[in-house]
Amino acid sequence: MIRVAGLSKKFGAVRALSDVSFEAQDGRITGLLGHNGAGKSTTLRILSTVLRPDTGSAVVDGHDCLEQSLQVRSSLGVLPHSSGLYAHLTGRENIRYYGKLHGLSGTALDRSTDELIERLGLGTVASRRAKGYSQGERLKVALARALVHQPRTIILDEPTNGLDVNAVRMLRELIRQLRASGRCVLFSSHVMQEVAALCDDIVIISHGRVVVRGTPAEILAASGAADLEEAFVRAADGGVAA
Amino acid sequence: MTRAVRIVFAKEMLENLRDRRVILSAFLFGVLLAPVIFGLTTSLASKRVVESQDRPLHLSVSGVEHAPNLVKFLEENGAEIKTVSLAPDEAMSEVRAGHEDLVLLIDAEYGRKLQAGEPAPLDLVVDTANNQTSSSADRARRLLEAYGGQLASLRLLVRGISPEVIRPVDVHTLDVATPAGRSLLILGMMTYFSFMSMLVGGFYLAIDTTAGERERGSLEPLLGLPVQRAELIVGKMLATSAFMSISLLLTLAAFGVVLQFIPLEALGMSANFGPRVVLAMFAVMLPFVPLGAGLMTSVASFTRSNREAQSWLSVVMLLPIAPIMFAVVNGTKPSALLMTIPSLSQHLLATSLMRGDATPPLHVLISAGTTLLLGAVFVGLAIRLYQREAILG
Repeated sequence: MIRVAGLSKKFGAVRALSDVSFEAQDGRITGLLGHNGAGKSTTLRILSTVLRPDTGSAVVDGHDCLEQSLQVRSSLGVLPHSSGLYAHLTGRENIRYYGKLHGLSGTALDRSTDELIERLGLGTVASRRAKGYSQGERLKVALARALVHQPRTIILDEPTNGLDVNAVRMLRELIRQLRASGRCVLFSSHVMQEVAALCDDIVIISHGRVVVRGTPAEILAASGAADLEEAFVRAADGGVAA
Repeated sequence: MTRAVRIVFAKEMLENLRDRRVILSAFLFGVLLAPVIFGLTTSLASKRVVESQDRPLHLSVSGVEHAPNLVKFLEENGAEIKTVSLAPDEAMSEVRAGHEDLVLLIDAEYGRKLQAGEPAPLDLVVDTANNQTSSSADRARRLLEAYGGQLASLRLLVRGISPEVIRPVDVHTLDVATPAGRSLLILGMMTYFSFMSMLVGGFYLAIDTTAGERERGSLEPLLGLPVQRAELIVGKMLATSAFMSISLLLTLAAFGVVLQFIPLEALGMSANFGPRVVLAMFAVMLPFVPLGAGLMTSVASFTRSNREAQSWLSVVMLLPIAPIMFAVVNGTKPSALLMTIPSLSQHLLATSLMRGDATPPLHVLISAGTTLLLGAVFVGLAIRLYQREAILG
């Protein structure tokens, strides 16, 4: 469960976010939609506590991102936009490293790692060094790494960028599984179809402001557009508030 | 050390020990390159010294028959005379071509002018551009001047004048150079190489922990883990320090082996470089490791990419070397005050150890204390820089 209220953030003279508020519920998939540079990554980075907001609050699973950043990081599984692996470690070692830093050890760590490797079909890939991975393999290991501590809330920043169709389908399937197990999933994208195919709730962000939020049906009704893509374009460019 | 620091340290060690590039730069430079370069230059230098000391002066003389006394004098003073017959321009081209080192031309007029009391002409053909013959040329010139001096004294005596009259000043050169003093330059080179390989050993790790993680895109997920950033960077700097220490120890050990094969005695040096000295030098230089790791990590965290970090660090690596160069050139002697300067103090202590001089405990204490203190400052700086938001780039 994520609750964001009145976030604003400046980088020098550039205002990246102003007064961003939204919620992402457990057991639902929430899509953060916007053009490149709209403020999606900044919002997600504030949630994962690597950036601090100038004003406003962000709460993840009841923990404040500013005051209790360590608890927030413990309950979050984050797949940032750039999610590089350690090339000289095997897939399994990459996953275990994050597991250990999340405080796992012994059988709990083994079990969690094995389970993810199996679920993501990483099998033999996991025992190879990450150096020679394909893009799909890299994504799977990065996902496993983000999920190794069984987080309640999952944040994915443009996870489908540059992936082939199979990898995208695998990812969607995994996200639906996470929803089915009651997790809160927040993911960002600049592709409307991506979001429409998957999301229960949509937050459209433009120039650092939330311009529309609601379920797909609510957004269609409010914008009066024929389809979601039209609604997105109008909202993102025109600033129609829902 | 917290659990997270240990985990990060272990992972960095494993990852970097698998990286061929790191292994090559960290251990190849120190263990092979530095001692080999050092061994080659010193054995060349010592060979040169030995040769020029023992070698007789080879002097080709044209017109021996015109000056038998002079030739006898030269032979008595250690010159090996080779009789040749060359015209002046022939002699010049021979020397220029390098067929002859030196040629002394004795003019046919020599005997007559000498008897007449006029300056008797002697031509010494030398090539000053040729370094290898310049010391021979000096020796020949000194011998000829000595002979001239003898004749002058005799002439004065014949006229009842004391030769002292034409020697208003009496210059004695007292050479106080001790064998150890002469070896200072070479010993300075050794600590220089040791510092270099220590820093090179941590070079890639310092870059990898900051600019490298960022460029690879692994920094952001790492910072999203429930671990204090200070724990991450401390674990990384510990791994950097471990590589630097290993590199330093291996380099010193390699020097220990190489020095067994270099004729240091010929240079007038005592080869005081057993295992105990190696370990003592390691102990004396070790306090510099955290300083180097903190300095390199701090600088690397300002840079935006691997490449930028590499070019900056190459410059930064020269910083600790500068005081050593200064000391070597000036022949600086250890003092309590100088022990407060990191890298210089390690150099001076290490040099003392190699020379078998005393290393006062106070000096060791001041050196370690000030170096560790400055190291703590740089480690603290690196930790602070890691807290910035801008670290994400």
